[in-house]
Amino acid sequence: MSMVRRPGVLRLAPALTVGILLLPIAAGLVGTLLPAFGYLPAIGGRTFNLDGWRRLADYPGFGTSVAITIGTGVLTSALAVILAFGCCASLHDRPWMRRLGAWVAPILSTPHSAIALGLAFLLAPSGWIARALSPWLTGWILPPDVATVGDPAGVALVLGLLLKEVPYLILMIVGALNQVQARAHLAIARALGYGPAEAWLKAILPQIYPQIRLPIYAVIAFSLSVVDVALILGPSNPPPLAVLAVRWFSDADIQFYFPAAAAAILLLLLVIGIIAAWRGFERCAMLVGRRWIARGGRGGIATTAATMATLLFGVTFALSVLAIAGMAVWSVADQWRFPDALPQAWSLANWMRRFDGLAGPAWVTVVVGALATGVALCLVLACLENESRGHRRPGAAALWILYVPLLVPQVAFLFGAQVLLVRMNLDGTLAAVVWAHLIFVLPYLFLSLADPWRAFDPRYAQTAASLGASRMRVFFAVKLPILLRPVLIAGAVAFAVSVGQYLATVFAGNGRVATLTTEAVTLAAGADRRVIGAYAVAQTLFPLIAYVGAVLLPALLFAHRRGLRGHQ
Amino acid sequence: MRVRTLAAAVALAALSVAVSAQNLDWNDIVAKARGQTVNFNAWAGDEKSNAFIQWAAQEVGRRYGVTLVHVKLKDTAEAVTRVVAEKAAGRNAGGTVDLIWINGPNFLAMKQQALLFGPFTQALPSYARVDTTTIRSNVIDFTIPVDGMESPWRRAQIVFVYDGKRVTNPPKSVAELLEWAKKNPGRLTHPSVRNFLGATFLKQALWELAPDPAALQRPATDDNFAAITAPMWTWYDALRPYLWRQGRQLPENGPAQRQLLNDGEIDMLVSFNPAEAAVSVHAGLLPDSVRTVVFARGTIGNTSFVAIPYNAAHKEAAMVVADFLLEPATQAHAQDFRQMGNFTVLDFAKLSPDEKRRFDELPKSPALPTNAELGTTVLEPHPSWMTRIANEWEKRYTK
Repeated sequence: MSMVRRPGVLRLAPALTVGILLLPIAAGLVGTLLPAFGYLPAIGGRTFNLDGWRRLADYPGFGTSVAITIGTGVLTSALAVILAFGCCASLHDRPWMRRLGAWVAPILSTPHSAIALGLAFLLAPSGWIARALSPWLTGWILPPDVATVGDPAGVALVLGLLLKEVPYLILMIVGALNQVQARAHLAIARALGYGPAEAWLKAILPQIYPQIRLPIYAVIAFSLSVVDVALILGPSNPPPLAVLAVRWFSDADIQFYFPAAAAAILLLLLVIGIIAAWRGFERCAMLVGRRWIARGGRGGIATTAATMATLLFGVTFALSVLAIAGMAVWSVADQWRFPDALPQAWSLANWMRRFDGLAGPAWVTVVVGALATGVALCLVLACLENESRGHRRPGAAALWILYVPLLVPQVAFLFGAQVLLVRMNLDGTLAAVVWAHLIFVLPYLFLSLADPWRAFDPRYAQTAASLGASRMRVFFAVKLPILLRPVLIAGAVAFAVSVGQYLATVFAGNGRVATLTTEAVTLAAGADRRVIGAYAVAQTLFPLIAYVGAVLLPALLFAHRRGLRGHQ
Repeated sequence: MRVRTLAAAVALAALSVAVSAQNLDWNDIVAKARGQTVNFNAWAGDEKSNAFIQWAAQEVGRRYGVTLVHVKLKDTAEAVTRVVAEKAAGRNAGGTVDLIWINGPNFLAMKQQALLFGPFTQALPSYARVDTTTIRSNVIDFTIPVDGMESPWRRAQIVFVYDGKRVTNPPKSVAELLEWAKKNPGRLTHPSVRNFLGATFLKQALWELAPDPAALQRPATDDNFAAITAPMWTWYDALRPYLWRQGRQLPENGPAQRQLLNDGEIDMLVSFNPAEAAVSVHAGLLPDSVRTVVFARGTIGNTSFVAIPYNAAHKEAAMVVADFLLEPATQAHAQDFRQMGNFTVLDFAKLSPDEKRRFDELPKSPALPTNAELGTTVLEPHPSWMTRIANEWEKRYTK
């Protein structure tokens, strides 16, 4: 590579990144929108009509399905926001608050489906909690006939989503806190006589809200359109809209493509509508909140409420840990029946016997994750390096573009994108799956890496340049080593995102690329729980290894350089 | 109508390939198959079947140099959709689905839309041993003539598995089942009616209760559907409040239902595999107190097949796999309840003594029904009944 060409190549990076993100989404949306209105010549839809919508509306459970979708989605989002705010408000002055990120990271890196599988076993009437309390406390010899998982109202689904969405929001808040002068403002508020939680809610929250607005919208979109968790924990007759769309997309009767596409587009409209409503709610909350703050009351219920929220977060955190623990126990169980709190017989046979079955998907998971992370890392580093070489810093529009994959329901574009892949003869290939993962990996990687990268002290680079180092050398010999820790952690986050992808893998892989997550969700429908346990544990393990590696590697590499072991 | 023209063109193309397949010498097919990869699209909800396919993959790899890849499906319809999508995208050759575990409605859909390669079964040497006279489901798949477009590999018949510790006098008809459920509320369920097993549970009741069961062998019509199914719906309405979760929640499929029995949430389950109890006890998936009961007047049974899509990239290797699945040694291995426990599709009269001995030497289990207990196999109704029942059920009970 010549010195002359390089800046040009770098300058292309943002456009390339945006293209990789938006092209499949745009094509996919068109590919869903047209069939929603009857146009899909390949299966006989040659005129535009509303038949798909009519069939969707005629589905017996249509109203309930929409109600469940909105109900569970809004409830999850609202609870996640309340718990995350309350938690940060009441814990912010604890010394270990800064380490909270490190605590929730393993939960965040665990795929949704693994936690959902564990939670399903935890909560079932014949599940772990009931087993631990029976019969000595409950008197149950047989499990009670109560719906605690897959309940028609979707309570289990809301809980399952909260386990992951609350830690996610907390991490986003902790990140946003670094952007404002939290410590100073809190000190002033405390000096004015506000309790700790009150001070945080009144002085800090209004400042950081603009920065966590997009993450909250992402939570809304995700909760409304999630498929894998809903398949495991949600109601099934009727299911939420996203599950209904996926069910119809894969129906033997191809005529179901039309109502499926209509359902997917309706879901997109619901997401847009509810985010808009939330935006309106923000305005109201701002007015009310301003009055609340201006009134200057001290010692209100804020502190109690925040403590409650923290306790609830503690419960969800414990449930997450227990969920994975339950799966781990199952993976080494031989026989384990109600009401025994632990297996009657233990066995390593599940792991030995399943090794062949597990090894293939595990290998694919690692390869796809590594490729998607590697490509994303190159693109993001190129974008950031291009930015720091004096080209202007991207504005709010760029941030929205990054969030598009997290805001548009996956079902609304993945089917359309699949048709595109088939036409390109790429469906079912590893490349297609890597590309599909890239759509979701890129935003997370960029968002985790951008702040530390932008915080890099330019004087290091200037010093190196003044000593005669080329830009390339400055990048590789100075910047990367100093920023190695955040780069690796962002990589670990990206890898975890890839490991957790279900729908993207199924559609792009055309069902032929099996990862631990697709296998686990396929098995979730009822296969041997000992096997499900093994898959859930494997699903948890790989992202965890990546994360621990990201934390330990700089310390090992720079054992002799204290400054680079990284605490920034 | 462009679509119909397309379908006709595809059908013609499939026909020409079929002719060449019939003319091909089996040795040529085996030679061509060597080195090919077969993407076997098969429902993957059952661990034992998955393990069997893994074993088959090793065997065909070793013996024929064919790489068998199990493309795991949640629902067979996914594979049909895939072939439809490929046809839609104009991929009429080099398709990604080589072999599908199929029967009934999915077979009908693919046969009607000319998405299948064949007839090919006459080219398979092992097909000569298939029971085509007493096991009618081997040649009539849900009332649809097979016409050599799919090759049988395993049989299914409705049985009920119950926990012998909790159920002493198991019901022997759907009417007795209702009485039992009333006495034991919340202790029986059935898979979702979207699932073939759940739909078959209703079909069993339909066959036992219908005023004219013979009508089920013809397509359902708007005129006769309501009258013929009315007694079945009356029965189900009476049963539903006594089902697990009052019937408002249903397990997605058979294995999920089995998990409920293992968890002690229910006492009895419907199964399509007569060896389900024996297989599951051996695998530690059910307590060893489970036993099997078959309804007195007979139960619905069918055959599972493998079919090759018209655009499959590796038809030769797919045929080699189809033939391998019919070899007596393979069938005996499949019938062993320590493996998969599937009753064979072969005719014992057509087997050599050596081949027959493989079946005689299979292990026994108290959870296994005898051939006499299995009784008469009732033929599957026309697929239109299942489709209509599923739709009607959705209309009645999805709220």
